[in-house]
Amino acid sequence: MVDIKTRLPTPEPFISPETRPFWTAAKQGRLDLPFCKSCNHPIWYPKAFCGACGSLDVEWRQVSGEGKIYSYTQVHRGEGPYRDVENYVLALVDIDEGARVLTNIVDADPASLTIGQRVRVVFHEAGDAAALPRFVPAK
Amino acid sequence: MSIRGKAHIAGVYEHPARDLPDHSVQQIHAECAIGALADAGLSVRDVDGFFSTGQLGFGGVSLTEYLGLNPSYIDGTFTGGSSYLAHVGHAAAAIAAGKCRVALITQGAKVRGVIRGAKHTADTPEFPFETVYGETNAGIYALAARRHMHEFGTTAEQLAAVKVAASEYAQFNPHALLRKRVTVEDVVNSPMIADPLHRLDCCVVTDGGGAIVVVSPEIARSLNRPLVSVLGHAEAIKHSGLGPNDLTSTGATASAPRALAEAGVALSDIDYASIYDSFTITVIMTLEDLGFCKKGQGGAFVASGALGLDGVIPVNTDGGGLCNNHPGYQGGLVKIVEAVRQLRGEATPQTQVRDCKLAIAHGTGGGMLRQASVSLVLGRSDA
Ligand SMILES: [Zn+2]
Repeated sequence: MVDIKTRLPTPEPFISPETRPFWTAAKQGRLDLPFCKSCNHPIWYPKAFCGACGSLDVEWRQVSGEGKIYSYTQVHRGEGPYRDVENYVLALVDIDEGARVLTNIVDADPASLTIGQRVRVVFHEAGDAAALPRFVPAK
Repeated sequence: MSIRGKAHIAGVYEHPARDLPDHSVQQIHAECAIGALADAGLSVRDVDGFFSTGQLGFGGVSLTEYLGLNPSYIDGTFTGGSSYLAHVGHAAAAIAAGKCRVALITQGAKVRGVIRGAKHTADTPEFPFETVYGETNAGIYALAARRHMHEFGTTAEQLAAVKVAASEYAQFNPHALLRKRVTVEDVVNSPMIADPLHRLDCCVVTDGGGAIVVVSPEIARSLNRPLVSVLGHAEAIKHSGLGPNDLTSTGATASAPRALAEAGVALSDIDYASIYDSFTITVIMTLEDLGFCKKGQGGAFVASGALGLDGVIPVNTDGGGLCNNHPGYQGGLVKIVEAVRQLRGEATPQTQVRDCKLAIAHGTGGGMLRQASVSLVLGRSDA
């Protein structure tokens, strides 16, 4: 599938019972992350374990979906589902609650992007059970 | 317990081909195994330890059957391109512990002309959150390069200087995939792959591989070959499991000091360095993290000509992964082979470091989101 507005592929992610809450929340328009109930650490990538303190006691919490660009690149040679995409922006975004996530920046002129720029999450449908969190420049 | 001087590299082999359409992967392993054992003056019957990445068939077991080995020790450590540096360290430790006496490490790869598809996601916990966004190796290293530029003022021309240095060496390597000398302008004018990385900032894609034979001191003394001692080895894994991972440094900051300490040498004693060069930025960051220059100064360091034969530290004198060979996206084994050639005085004459006594080989496996750094310090027997 392809997101009509950005023309980017929206591959269906591999979903396991462990990670389903993340994708379900995204489908419903929320960015939820696991947090450790023992040490309050935000956990990325999503999983049912806190590597910071070794706890199995984690809970899903909604986060703001706002953050800033840590780094970005315009990829001209995609692979897999992105092989036929002329170019797209791959980025690492530091979301305000403390996770650094790999994503795409969409609806922006790549030449206008800067490290440190504020961005906010948008969601692109990816199959029946998930949506992909991507980011756009914040107003 | 230290491995210092408890094991020696007696044989090395780099497959001379870069494109092997009619070989099976196991055939490549076999040709490399025979090549390295012949270099050592040993045969498959002498092997009692086998080391591979375990990516082919049923882990390393399939290859022991194919090669007819009867090992008392087997290791299938896989850390991406740095695997083979880990294997040398593990082989030295196994030999020091008396588990085996002749350790064979092999690599075989066949990737030319294969279109890379979507990465396997079902059994890799992190991939579902990355591959859906069009993650590529070059894209991830491009994120590192842009951040390095942002923090330290590194330029595209400085990145290009790494490729230029590699091509200066590669012109003398008859087996190098790319032997043509290139300029900074050639690099920055080559097609953009993932900005700021151009095509010539990226390593070559080759078939082939190689092999290494590590032996105990008493076996080494019985062989009629110049001996290379395994002096130090250390590994460091860098990931985001404890919080956001920075993209401007590598695990070399942790592995190199431990490897040098085990070897009992200082970085300033090192005569030659094989440095993992998946991309030009990989070399700049690793040089900084090994300590050849200050953090953030890697760009200026490479642009000063530091990597040349008469520079501060000759690097990748075979042309490296950027020009010579990067079999199956894993450049670690070839890095060791060139370090051994230098220490034996068997490098291509135009690229031989004079009186090369001590070398470091450093591998970066994985990518910048998570990686396995392995540092290996090797020395001539009189070092
Ligand atoms: Zn915790």
